[in-house]
Amino acid sequence: MASDALLFYLFATITVAGALMVVTQKNPVYSVLSIIAAFFGLAGLYVLLEAPFVAVAQIIIYAGAIMVLFLFVVMLLNAPREDAAEWDRSHPLYRPMAMRIGGALAVLLALELGWALSRTTGLAAGIGEDRPAVSSVEELGRVLFTDYMFAFEVTSILIIAAMVGAVVLARRREE
Amino acid sequence: MPLGHYLVLSGLLFAIGTAGVFLRRNLIALLLSVELMLNAVNLAFVAFGRQWGAVDGQIITFFVMTVAAAEAAVGLAIVIALFRHRESLNPEAFTSLKW
Repeated sequence: MASDALLFYLFATITVAGALMVVTQKNPVYSVLSIIAAFFGLAGLYVLLEAPFVAVAQIIIYAGAIMVLFLFVVMLLNAPREDAAEWDRSHPLYRPMAMRIGGALAVLLALELGWALSRTTGLAAGIGEDRPAVSSVEELGRVLFTDYMFAFEVTSILIIAAMVGAVVLARRREE
Repeated sequence: MPLGHYLVLSGLLFAIGTAGVFLRRNLIALLLSVELMLNAVNLAFVAFGRQWGAVDGQIITFFVMTVAAAEAAVGLAIVIALFRHRESLNPEAFTSLKW
């Protein structure tokens, strides 16, 4: 049990540190690399939650495919730095105020979530102690292709729409 | 580990993602912050699924991942198209429709 807590705090620290780096790094390449670190922490948490298939999907799909796409675009566009500097010089007052309000909203959201959690009862007991975990891929697949069949098919339409949309949007206009 | 710990972590990640959307001035960083928020929700789903011994939390997580992939593909295509127009990734450069 104690090693569980240790691992939880280890992975939680990796995840939160990665997430903070994503927001604070100026260079998008570093942002993408830190979010990959955060995803590895999250994958560890999924293993702790006895969801190994989700953990593997997290690594392969998120860190492997989606983030490579991001990295590809960052390097393709070759715009590594946040170009806020010249805009800031022309509008010295407006930007910091907007940033202050945005930051205050984020803090407010965190406080509200914390307040809601502190008012909720039954969170202190160990997670799922009285119920067995469902972690077999067989059961996952059975539920996915029976109960969630319709959602699964709609998802395939979504992917086709996204693929066509991406090709149309990124195509160079010939004229 | 108690369920509350996972929910606090999830809320913290979501707040960090929100802060990123508000504070960053780079379209790609904005998309990355949205990914962070999606992952925070994923963590809450899996934690609740474990709590109730249900498989549904993990299933929903797959759908969220799929939507995230579609969102990243379309979002990055839009970013590329915008960059061709203005040679910039700063959202402040794209205010032509602003009143």
